[in-house]
Amino acid sequence: MPAPPLEIHDMTVAYHRKPVLWDIDLVAPEGQLIGIIGPNGAGKSTLIKAVLGLAPLASGQVRIYGLPYAQQRHLVGYVPQRETVDWDFPVTALDVVMMGTYGRLGWFRRPGAAERRLAQSCLEKVGMQGYAPRQIQQLSGGQQQRIFLARALAQDAHIYFMDEPFAGVDAATEQAIVTLLQSLRDGGKTVFVVHHELQSVRNYFDFVILLNLRLVAAGPTATTFTRQNLQQTYGGRLTILEEAAEAVRLGEPPR
Amino acid sequence: MIALSNTQLVMLGTSLLGCVAGVVGSFAVLRRRALVGDLLAHAALPGLCAAFLLLNYRALSARALGEVAAATSAWRFTAMLAGAFVTGLVGVAVVTFICRWTRTKEDAAIGIVLGTFFGVGVVLSSWIQNMPAASSKAGLQTYIYGQAAGMTREDVWFITIVAAACLTLVALLYKEFKVFSFDPGFARAQGWPTLTLDLVMMATLALVTVVGLPTVGVVLMAAMLIIPGAAARFWTDRLGRMLVVSGAIGAASGIGGTLISAGALESVLGYDPLAFGHNTRNLPTGPVIVLCGTALFLVSLLFAPRRGAIARLVRMLTVRRRIQHEHLLRSLYELSEPRLPRVLEVPLSQLIEDRSWTAAGVRRLLRWAGRAGLVERTATSAKLTTEGLALAERVVRRHRLWELFLISGADIAPDHVDRDADSIEHFLTPDLVRRLEAQLARTGRLPPAAVGAVPLSPHELAAHEAHRSNSPSAQEPTDG
Amino acid sequence: MANWFASLDASLRDAVFVVGVAALTNVACALLGCYLVLRRMSLLGDALSHAVLPGLVVAFVMAGSLNIVYMLAGALAVGLLTTFLTQVVHRQGGVPADASMGVVFTSLFALGVVLIKRYGQGVDLDPDCVLYGQIDLVEFYTVNLGGYEVPRALVSIVPVLAVNVAVILLLWKELKISSFDPALATTMGINAELLFYLLMALVAVTTVASFEQVGSILVIAMLIVPGATAHLLTDRLSRMMLIATALAIGSAVLGYAASLAWNVAAAGPMAVMAGLFYLAAALASPRYGIVSTLVRNAQTSLRIVREDLLAMLYRLEELRVERRLGAREATKAIGAGILGDVGLWSLARRGELKRVDGGLQLTDSGRRRAAGLVRSHRLWEAYLVQHLGLPADHVHTPAERMEHFIGQRLAEHIVADLQDAHQDPHGRAIPAPTTTVPEVATETRRHGDATDEGTEKGGRG
Repeated sequence: MPAPPLEIHDMTVAYHRKPVLWDIDLVAPEGQLIGIIGPNGAGKSTLIKAVLGLAPLASGQVRIYGLPYAQQRHLVGYVPQRETVDWDFPVTALDVVMMGTYGRLGWFRRPGAAERRLAQSCLEKVGMQGYAPRQIQQLSGGQQQRIFLARALAQDAHIYFMDEPFAGVDAATEQAIVTLLQSLRDGGKTVFVVHHELQSVRNYFDFVILLNLRLVAAGPTATTFTRQNLQQTYGGRLTILEEAAEAVRLGEPPR
Repeated sequence: MIALSNTQLVMLGTSLLGCVAGVVGSFAVLRRRALVGDLLAHAALPGLCAAFLLLNYRALSARALGEVAAATSAWRFTAMLAGAFVTGLVGVAVVTFICRWTRTKEDAAIGIVLGTFFGVGVVLSSWIQNMPAASSKAGLQTYIYGQAAGMTREDVWFITIVAAACLTLVALLYKEFKVFSFDPGFARAQGWPTLTLDLVMMATLALVTVVGLPTVGVVLMAAMLIIPGAAARFWTDRLGRMLVVSGAIGAASGIGGTLISAGALESVLGYDPLAFGHNTRNLPTGPVIVLCGTALFLVSLLFAPRRGAIARLVRMLTVRRRIQHEHLLRSLYELSEPRLPRVLEVPLSQLIEDRSWTAAGVRRLLRWAGRAGLVERTATSAKLTTEGLALAERVVRRHRLWELFLISGADIAPDHVDRDADSIEHFLTPDLVRRLEAQLARTGRLPPAAVGAVPLSPHELAAHEAHRSNSPSAQEPTDG
Repeated sequence: MANWFASLDASLRDAVFVVGVAALTNVACALLGCYLVLRRMSLLGDALSHAVLPGLVVAFVMAGSLNIVYMLAGALAVGLLTTFLTQVVHRQGGVPADASMGVVFTSLFALGVVLIKRYGQGVDLDPDCVLYGQIDLVEFYTVNLGGYEVPRALVSIVPVLAVNVAVILLLWKELKISSFDPALATTMGINAELLFYLLMALVAVTTVASFEQVGSILVIAMLIVPGATAHLLTDRLSRMMLIATALAIGSAVLGYAASLAWNVAAAGPMAVMAGLFYLAAALASPRYGIVSTLVRNAQTSLRIVREDLLAMLYRLEELRVERRLGAREATKAIGAGILGDVGLWSLARRGELKRVDGGLQLTDSGRRRAAGLVRSHRLWEAYLVQHLGLPADHVHTPAERMEHFIGQRLAEHIVADLQDAHQDPHGRAIPAPTTTVPEVATETRRHGDATDEGTEKGGRG
């Protein structure tokens, strides 16, 4: 059996020693649209960042198709949260999309006509072909999100990690993005999406990862996205985990 | 090098310096690290002095041994700048360290390192000044305030080499710098060694800083790094062009500053406009270069086509005027609405009352509308023309659809809506209006008959609802 | 007093003058600096101290001499102008805040230098003076005040210090709130914007009054360093101010001593001393210092090694292994090197471990402590299996990490959340608490939660 696209083993993520995700064990299936669901502060973005090596692992390991991320970067596309960048930066929509190709180009080589064509076609795929020369500040929130999406497409990956691609976009854009993600999935790609809007989960995702400081459940949406699991994800605070995290941060057991 | 006059030499040096400082400084400005230049320049002083002391010590001991002092001026210069480069980078590293390991925030960390390192530098420099046989102790003063006029051929060579190296580096790493500056998280996920890139950026910044110190001095070197980039941002939305513009602004400041301080204004104008009865010339070159940069910055700030203050102001006024015009049309429409399709003559007094405008304001608006052929007016009243009515219908339709949407979508009480709708409705595109209408019709907020026409105002709708529920038998006036 | 002063040895009098003026100046700066540091606006202090230069020159030209009133007025005007321009360039021009500050203050400084070169000739307002001040010459510039010859510096700095102290005392509450939480201040009806400009005005005036004496280097250092140092040592504003004051005076005294020793101008060494104070605090502050953090981390590491050793020996006893482990074997078993030996030594010293026939043997107190650790370990394993749904073969490693951080309270909470606090997921007994825990109370709570547990577990399958 070939290695799964994402395999997380006993992963604990800690910022300044304080654990924010506890002991995650997870195997994700290939070729599915996967929702990462949980309340605010549950560690959804942290999960993605830890997989991509942007957050420190306190323990455990992550495998992408059976190998560490560092060796599999070329297989992975990433859409960060929209607020993480300065949209006043002097680049055009096309420039941003072209950044997706930089990883393949390697040091010093400049993007050429081929990369430009690829970026254009990615813009077309997200319905933004007319906006290539626009400075990114002049785009609406939904359009900015599509640009990020197009950049991930330009990475030409097998697995995509998307951090809240629906945040601050209008309904039409959300629908367009979902259609695009579904077509990616139908093309055999695996797509992880951080999402917090519960109503749409059943319609959007084949597989869900329910998260709240720890993994509550992961499995096909039909069997996993149940009222009981949701209650466990959203209901009540995990005082023990919070207390334990604080104890680790302080470094001393409160005797 | 071709034979150059002294001024030409200095001009070449300062323009190259301004150019390269503008280019590498742009990245610092874009990454919100503008004040790192200030830090680098201050933290360079102790290194400069330490290297000087070291060299002098060697020179003194060499003399004591009866040998000829070995250090040539070029070698001495290079060694001092190397010292400055090292302590500059150490300063940046210490700031990073402080932020990482203590609760002190970045701004205070920069201030602490800047103050302390500079203090050390000052101690060392006063020490040098007290030295009995220091060969060129006056030299240090120039590093603090700069002395471009004293630029030698070797200095210019040095600046040329550093500028060429830094510009080549930026050209080679353009793509990497771009993605790293714009989105460091993405760059890291893509596999770029962001720490190394950061270090390379800081190193070029430090290199340019220490090379510039003898010319413009400590504080003004920070200006050379910040001002061109900040000015260039006004003119373009492309990073590549911004770097070019920034380099050009830096170079222009260098040339302009050199010329002015060399008395060019006097030779062009026939008199010195800056004289005020004092002796002319001898303006310090460094500060004048910076002031030239400041002038270019001000020009950019004011006159740049899209981002400039005047362009912004004009845009704002245009929008404000359009809003006023649309308000006028809507008032005229609403005041004659009960009798539509017949258009009423609306008395000016009623218009004034309807919008709490001034009489003069209403007349001005009407003059515009008359010129545009939207309104027929008499001395005391005004009336929409056919064209005016058509435009007014579009405006009112947009306004009411938006109001309706706000009520249905945002659940605000109808009487709170008017203000909100007033500001946003003017920016709705026709396409958006169509979608808005479709959605309202779909959700049943808009009667099917009203689609494509001007809907009834939500205020009246509410009144009708209330009316209807109170007296079911009452006759409703039909709406169009 | 004049007689007493006159009778002093000349060098001592010199020292008193210089240190006195420097200390007053430093304190005036440091007090305001506390607010700048807290508001994360330290660099505005740096910017202002450069930007006031043209104001000084204009004031000088207008007054025809170094008239302190004119100079303070000029500084005030330019200081407020700097603040205002920075905001305008930032807001109206869309330039990032730091860059707009950089553009404004460097431009004004350049203007100032040009003006000095142009109109400041023949006076002591030369670039050197701006940089170093004339603190070393303070006793040569004196004025006659009520019959006494006092340094002219005092005439400018004492009133400024007095104004700073008065404003701080009068507006203590308002400044404090608006520094920690401007939004809250606004909701409480405090005009945060006005306070900001007031603070900037004070900084500008203080800068200028200090400038002449100690030069711009020391002004920058004193505006930022003592405040930042004090912030490492305390969390209370009043204490922070007192500490900053003490540091400012200390920098003056030690800096002067150093300047004598090195035979250099006093301003530089004073700035360096302030930096050294900061370094000391950054390293050794009890709560926020780097060394204390490292020591704490080392202590924690040692504690973990100690506890690992105890827990391992306990498990061996539990398995009824007869053979006693040697020191080498024990440290190797827990994967610790030298730290393991230190741990063994430390355990022996604490009387939790003894050596019997060359092997290691838990004492009673050691056994009690080890039982507590193993209890924590197994409770956490049980918690992970029951609440995080981890398979039993995955929980040992996380528990190995967590056991060191589970205190009595947390353990009680875990017990309350578990269905069965007597057995771990591998079927081994969880040792009973060694200290007196009110077992009955936790028992009753446990039953309440147990029913929920059952359904949750069932739901996950």
